Amino acid sequence: MRSALRLAGLCLVALLLIAAGPTAAPGFSAVRPGAPITFPRDHGAHPGYRTEWWYVTGWLKTPDGQDVGFQVTFFRSRLATDARNPSAFSPTQVLFAHAGLSDPKAGRLLHDGRIARQGFGLAEASVRDTDVVIDDWRLRRRADGRFVAQVTTQAFGLDLMLTPIQPILLQGESGFSRKGAKLTQASHYYSLPHMRVSGVIVRGGRRVQVTGEAWMDHEWSSTLLDSQAVGWDWVGLNLDDGSAVTAFQVRDRTGRALWAGGSLRSRGGTSERLGPGDISFTTERVWRSPRTGGRYPVQRSLSLRTTAGERRFRLTPLFDDQELDSRRTGGPVYWEGAVRTEGGRGYLELTGYVVPLRL
Amino acid sequence: MTAERRPISYAALAWMTLGEWRAHPGRVVIAALAIAIGVALGFAVHLINASAQSELARAVRTLNADADLQVRATTPLGFDEQLYPRLAQLPGVAAASPVVALPARFGTGPSRSFDSGVLTVLGLDPLRAIAVTPTLLAPPSQAAGEGGLQPESVFDPNRVTLSRAALKASGAKIGDRVVITAAGRSESFVLAGVLPPGPSEQQIAVLDIAAAQWRFGSLGRLQRIDLKIAPGADLGRVEAGLRAILPSNAQVVTARSEARQGDNLTKAYRVNLEMLALVALLTGGFLVYSAQALSVARRRPQFALLRVLGLERRGLLAQVLVEGGLLGVVGALLGLGLGLAIAVATLRVLGGDLGGGFFRGAAPDLLVQPAPVLVFFGLGLVAAIVGSLLPALEAARAQPGIALKNLGDHRDPDTRPSALWGLGLLAAGGLAASLPAWDGVPVFGYLSIGLILAGGVAAMPWLARLLLSPLQGAGRGNIAVDLALKRLWGAPGQAAVALCGIVASVSLMVAMGVMVVSLRGSVEDWLGDILPGDLLFRVEGDGFDPAQQARIAAASGLGPVFFQKSAPLRLSPNLPPAILVVRPIDQAAPAKSLPLIGRTADIPADVTPVWLSEPAARLYGRKVGERMVLPLPGGPEVFVAGIWRDYARQAGAVAIDDKAYTRLTGDALRTEALLTLPSGQTPGGAARAVRAALPPDLAGQVQFVETRQMRAGALKLFDSSFALTYALEAIAIAVGLAGVAATFSAQTLARTKEFGMLRHVGVLRRQIIGMLATEGALLGAVGVVAGLGLGLMMSQVLIHVVNPQSFHWTMDTRLPLGLFASLAGALIAAGAITAVLAGGRALSTDAVRAVREDW
Repeated sequence: MRSALRLAGLCLVALLLIAAGPTAAPGFSAVRPGAPITFPRDHGAHPGYRTEWWYVTGWLKTPDGQDVGFQVTFFRSRLATDARNPSAFSPTQVLFAHAGLSDPKAGRLLHDGRIARQGFGLAEASVRDTDVVIDDWRLRRRADGRFVAQVTTQAFGLDLMLTPIQPILLQGESGFSRKGAKLTQASHYYSLPHMRVSGVIVRGGRRVQVTGEAWMDHEWSSTLLDSQAVGWDWVGLNLDDGSAVTAFQVRDRTGRALWAGGSLRSRGGTSERLGPGDISFTTERVWRSPRTGGRYPVQRSLSLRTTAGERRFRLTPLFDDQELDSRRTGGPVYWEGAVRTEGGRGYLELTGYVVPLRL
Repeated sequence: MTAERRPISYAALAWMTLGEWRAHPGRVVIAALAIAIGVALGFAVHLINASAQSELARAVRTLNADADLQVRATTPLGFDEQLYPRLAQLPGVAAASPVVALPARFGTGPSRSFDSGVLTVLGLDPLRAIAVTPTLLAPPSQAAGEGGLQPESVFDPNRVTLSRAALKASGAKIGDRVVITAAGRSESFVLAGVLPPGPSEQQIAVLDIAAAQWRFGSLGRLQRIDLKIAPGADLGRVEAGLRAILPSNAQVVTARSEARQGDNLTKAYRVNLEMLALVALLTGGFLVYSAQALSVARRRPQFALLRVLGLERRGLLAQVLVEGGLLGVVGALLGLGLGLAIAVATLRVLGGDLGGGFFRGAAPDLLVQPAPVLVFFGLGLVAAIVGSLLPALEAARAQPGIALKNLGDHRDPDTRPSALWGLGLLAAGGLAASLPAWDGVPVFGYLSIGLILAGGVAAMPWLARLLLSPLQGAGRGNIAVDLALKRLWGAPGQAAVALCGIVASVSLMVAMGVMVVSLRGSVEDWLGDILPGDLLFRVEGDGFDPAQQARIAAASGLGPVFFQKSAPLRLSPNLPPAILVVRPIDQAAPAKSLPLIGRTADIPADVTPVWLSEPAARLYGRKVGERMVLPLPGGPEVFVAGIWRDYARQAGAVAIDDKAYTRLTGDALRTEALLTLPSGQTPGGAARAVRAALPPDLAGQVQFVETRQMRAGALKLFDSSFALTYALEAIAIAVGLAGVAATFSAQTLARTKEFGMLRHVGVLRRQIIGMLATEGALLGAVGVVAGLGLGLMMSQVLIHVVNPQSFHWTMDTRLPLGLFASLAGALIAAGAITAVLAGGRALSTDAVRAVREDW
């Protein structure tokens, strides 16, 4: 049974992630520079685009002072289906989600996923505001601007309230974030760093009150990566002084950066955009996954060239095994882990180390 | 003599047994064969049943895959898809997978068979099915294909995945286009993958649910929702929660109730065959008994000599039992091999249901397990040993002094054989027949048949005398006849031994023959009633609308025509769906449209009448005059106005007048029509006229069949489904005749001394031959008469107890007089001829020496 699920999951990965190909099929909306981003509309889904995600990562503290990392992600994928099919089951939009809990006590990442075609109120993504539902999983923005994330799995549960305390951070050029040398290789992208978290996590059947700090990304696009790209590295750091670091690089098969980008925003709100020449990752230690054989550079050094000079961040994982194999529920296999740095904490994402990723 | 009695050595015993067998190999072979045939039949039927049963269970499991619960539509129209989100969000439901399920077939145009629907099209949402029924999804390697696949591939409305059986039936390869016709539409798909090799060989074609709804005109409708229950949730409570919100056209089905359904469907059939096989084994036991009894009787002086030489009674008993046991071992081993061969051949030719038509398109694997092998081996051995026990006891009891000289029947000819035992057993048989079925199986009916058989055999000595008494003195003028009568009168025990094998096989043949002929005759009559007219035509999918019906009715060159339709109707979740038969039924004279039986009731003015088929009435416990609710939209209450005979729909059928049906459901479409041809019109001409009255696309889909052909086809199907019964009968006849031959020849050879004596007192050789022929014929005749009587009794138990209890139908008794006559002729002739042949050999011995042997 389990192995059947895993096998079938493999096919769905293939389908939902590897496949999309480098150019948008006709009928998908295109990402354009200068397109205005307005809220709350753009908190909602953009069903015209091929791919979209709402990505929440963060650090939680339990009453006994223990650090726990968490991640909740909802994806939306638009398929090129026959628009003439009037069936309510027509698979135009597929939603999937995964959630992970990085508990050092467990020593590895607990994670699970959901996937469904949109419809019947069971799987929906609102176009008015953030409200993504797949069965009993939900990420919703309330009228007061706070986000609620609810996830139930057999191994753990999350019921978190996320309160933005800083303004929205539009990435790239006012939310137009380039991912490659071509102008079409881009996304609309904004972040909500330094969100205050409170709520409950369930571990081993026990409910634990937690507080903490989170980061949310919302990104949508129809054409993202260059055909040469096999994956990317991304990091988002909430620094203790209230500033926020975003850095990503798109890699080719040899590990060379095809593109890089990011931002550095101070507590006061002045944001500096970083481009391909401004960001470099150096690997300090590689961890090999015993399950997938993937070799992840989990210990890294990030160097940013800013107007105020070079800034270095040493990224140390909360623990090594934070690999997330979401192939069962239609996602990729990647490393998504809580990392510490001097004077801050954040999340590091390493994709395309097992199977090339295409978006 | 006080000399120490030493047991005779084993070597000597073995030598004696071998000597006996070497001297009479034919008899040994016949006795072993009798056991072998009994074991073979029993084992074969058991193997077929076990394989068929597991096939059925697997088929059920394949179609529901691993779903814990299913919600199913009560009619093929399905239910509203909005039920799906409501069920998915019900507490205790972990996952819900919506399913479009349509009977289908490969290719275009009208189906070749009226029994369409070998292929099932399943429209699934793979993202939901993966959590509920993962075995219905293609393995990833195929779905992924080679290299650059598209995310749309799994949801591609042009792709189909087939089960292995369907792949075979389609004859296509991966990448080919296959055309599938369902709901009256033919659609072309690319064969994209094959389902993982499931345990079952069901023909399934899996599409994306949206594609299935769209391309087969099922938008907004679902036929099924498969459910996975949350771990720890109480199944009963979830079921109750489901029932509370289900509309009347949907029902909860559990794996349990489904298994029960399948079980109910074939249980009666399986038990019937298993019982038949045991009866065959019983006959084998009787044949061993008669063979051993004769062998013991003939060897009585030998045994007496052994006793005089110091062998103890126990030793003698052991000798005969060991002989019987060895026969049993050889016979049972032979039987197991033979049974395996029969099972393999039968499964290959007839399929798992022995032609019963329960599983379509499925050829189950043979399932051999050690326990049944041992059981059937044991049964064969026990039958042989028990068959030898009575003769062995008799041999051990005999006084050595008398037995040493006496060869004949040691019973005094003047004591009247008692009928007490026989009549007692017959009475018990009658009593057992009056008991109801046990768990849907007519166990007591079969017990009754066994008791009647045992009673008949036990009463044989008495009955033989009773039958022969009117003949006493009839042979005055003919010394041969006179001698034969005197001999049979004087030695009733020996006669009875010879007879019991004959009686057992004849009575079973007669019982089965009467039952099959009665059923066939009743089916033939019923076919005429249920399929009136000359030409039937039908169309799949929606059917003819009222305007088209009117145009056909008005078409020139056609006689009277009426339209009908039938649809599955789920009346209970634990039983397979019944069939709703919609046809014009005149409320005042329903017998014109239906083969009614029993009483009818006056129909109250305020309620719609329906007429239940006999199986429906029995399955659902409904009587004429009762009211019931039909699972049609709005759940209308209807009145049971009468019961009609139906052999076609074992799951039951409900007949309703077409106007009443349209009033209740608003459905005025009809899929079938029956047409009476005016004189001079040919079926082909009528078909052209009907086609001309219809729009071209519909006209091409209409399929025409002559009712005459359908009736013939149905009877052919009937005959093939009873093929195994016929085979059993033929084997019973063969065994019976072989038994008769073996018994007569043994008896005749044992009487060499008697013949010598007769020759000494001046009886001519020719007269002795005449005497033997008369004896053989008389024994055959007595066997036939007794077998006929017993068989008729048993047939009545089959007709009035076993059939209604297992198949829920009744029939009118018909007598296969031809079978009776040929049976009687064959047995009497076999008796006479074998007696004469054996007599010829016995008489060749020198008469004088034969008499001297006596001293």
